[in-house]
Amino acid sequence: MTDAIVETKGIEVRFPLPTHFLAREKPVLHALNGVDIAIQPGESFCVVGESGCGKTTLGRTIMGLQSPTAGEIYFNGQRIDQMDEAARKPIRRDMQMVFQNPYASLNPRRNVFETLAEPIRHLMPEKTGPEVRAQVEEVLAATGCDPSWQRKLPHEFSGGQRQRIAIARALVTNPAFIVADEPISALDVSIQAQILNLLDDLQAERGLTYLFITHDLSVVEHFGTRVAVMYLGRVMELAETDTLFSAPKHPYTRLLLDAIPKIEGGSFDNPREPGELPDPVNMPPGCPFAPRCPMAEARCRTERPELRTLDNGTQAACHFAE
Amino acid sequence: MISLKGFITRFLSDPVAIGAGSVLLILVLMAILAPFLAPQNPYDLMQLDIMDSEMPPSWKPGGDERFLLGTDAQGRGVLSTIMYGTGISLLIGIGAVIVQGVLGVTLGLIAGYRGGWIDAFLMRLADIQMSLSTLMIAIIVLAIFQAAFDANTYADYAIFMLIVIIGVAEWPKFARTVRSSVLGEKSKEYVDAARVIGLPPRKIMVTHILPNTLTPVLVISTIQVAEAIMTEAALSFLGLGMPTDRPSLGSLIRSGFEFIFSGSWWITLYPAIVLVVLILALNLLGDWLRDVLNPKLRRGDD
Repeated sequence: MTDAIVETKGIEVRFPLPTHFLAREKPVLHALNGVDIAIQPGESFCVVGESGCGKTTLGRTIMGLQSPTAGEIYFNGQRIDQMDEAARKPIRRDMQMVFQNPYASLNPRRNVFETLAEPIRHLMPEKTGPEVRAQVEEVLAATGCDPSWQRKLPHEFSGGQRQRIAIARALVTNPAFIVADEPISALDVSIQAQILNLLDDLQAERGLTYLFITHDLSVVEHFGTRVAVMYLGRVMELAETDTLFSAPKHPYTRLLLDAIPKIEGGSFDNPREPGELPDPVNMPPGCPFAPRCPMAEARCRTERPELRTLDNGTQAACHFAE
Repeated sequence: MISLKGFITRFLSDPVAIGAGSVLLILVLMAILAPFLAPQNPYDLMQLDIMDSEMPPSWKPGGDERFLLGTDAQGRGVLSTIMYGTGISLLIGIGAVIVQGVLGVTLGLIAGYRGGWIDAFLMRLADIQMSLSTLMIAIIVLAIFQAAFDANTYADYAIFMLIVIIGVAEWPKFARTVRSSVLGEKSKEYVDAARVIGLPPRKIMVTHILPNTLTPVLVISTIQVAEAIMTEAALSFLGLGMPTDRPSLGSLIRSGFEFIFSGSWWITLYPAIVLVVLILALNLLGDWLRDVLNPKLRRGDD
């Protein structure tokens, strides 16, 4: 395997919950608990999981929007999580992000040109005015936007058009790595496919690497190279996309796959798994999935399974996976 | 966001807005053009004649054609003093709102964006400031100022002092409004997008968040101008505002009030009417602006 473009080593993010300032106990929410992933250049690394499992926090932490409480983040072998702004600036060109909600991710008072020119002006100050203009027009063409959009404001566009503009903004500094945080979940189904195809085409043309965050497994199946299944701030299973769908090893992955609505042999006939998400503030000592797991035994409630590599190359955090 | 064209259409379709707007325009023009329009310069002692004092309006018996609305105790034409006084009142009102706005918007922006202890500190400061009445602070400061300096120094700096005092005392209104809109804006993803490219916080605050929080600022500015003019009028009425030789509307009302029992009602009445009309126009315009700029109250026609 080649060297990873982005690598996280044991990153943890803890949010202190608001309390009275005299309170003795300071409850802490564990959003990420020791996540280790290594994203290879050119792949589409998908992260799936239920809401609240920490997948968005993972993306934001890698982008530096959230500083990790513990752990290390590397980009092309350089540690970036403790870099000062001056040293990080050249790296920011190579890392960009596409956000979930295209209605909130564009500044409503800026026209498209200003929105797209800002990253170039800030991160590539050596560019002259005409070069900035040329680069903006090039990226607009690449994302299927009309050049006449430049002078328009975001409210003049539909959701799909806005998301194209947001993708154009992410591409305008020619990055190598893009975090896409649920980029299609706020869009109409008919538009979702267009945006996915656009991301696919751009990856082929520009050799992009994606960290693709989603809760939609059918998108993963279409789009992903490898998949990490997250649950309560931990990676439960990490596998090649095909392997994950054909031979899921972790009971949680199986639960997710069963939940995909099917036309025949409807999944609604099967009895649902019991239990709920444990409280992320007071985590149980054992496996976080044990309260919902059909295979759970006494060992699962006391001993937390670590992520280990199985025979077929899948990594799973379960005592019984093989 | 409303377009300029929609804004003008809304303005022209609302009789209250047209009324308030044109009254305000007339008063502002009257104040600005006072040196050219006023029949007399009330600041120029050469033009005053003590023999003209306390003349009734020109249509009353004993009135003089030179003084349409009569004269005050020093022989100044009431019409001329109103024209100059409106200017001073507006100057203090607008000046104080600029001070309030600059202070309040800056502190509100920092409090909202930084959060944490900075936010807590600034907002508690605002709470303390709000719990002290503006009038009370102004009375204390101006009384000390008046006692510490001689009358001439006081007269020279009175406008400046009033602007600063009213400005500083009312900053929490702007700060709170701005802070609450900043809290709403800063969680939006366009702010994250700006942070992803490493834009420094100061730049994000000024170029991204500030333009999106200015709508409510515009609305309270209009209301606050009215409020500041009223505060100044109240202070002047108490003898702590503008001195009688450079009168604002408030000090005009006060200087006439002494003569009201001797029958010279016009010295007080006419400035008071102008003050009420000015405040009413500003408040109506402010209310109208709030309705227009609030998308939830927007009608479907624009």
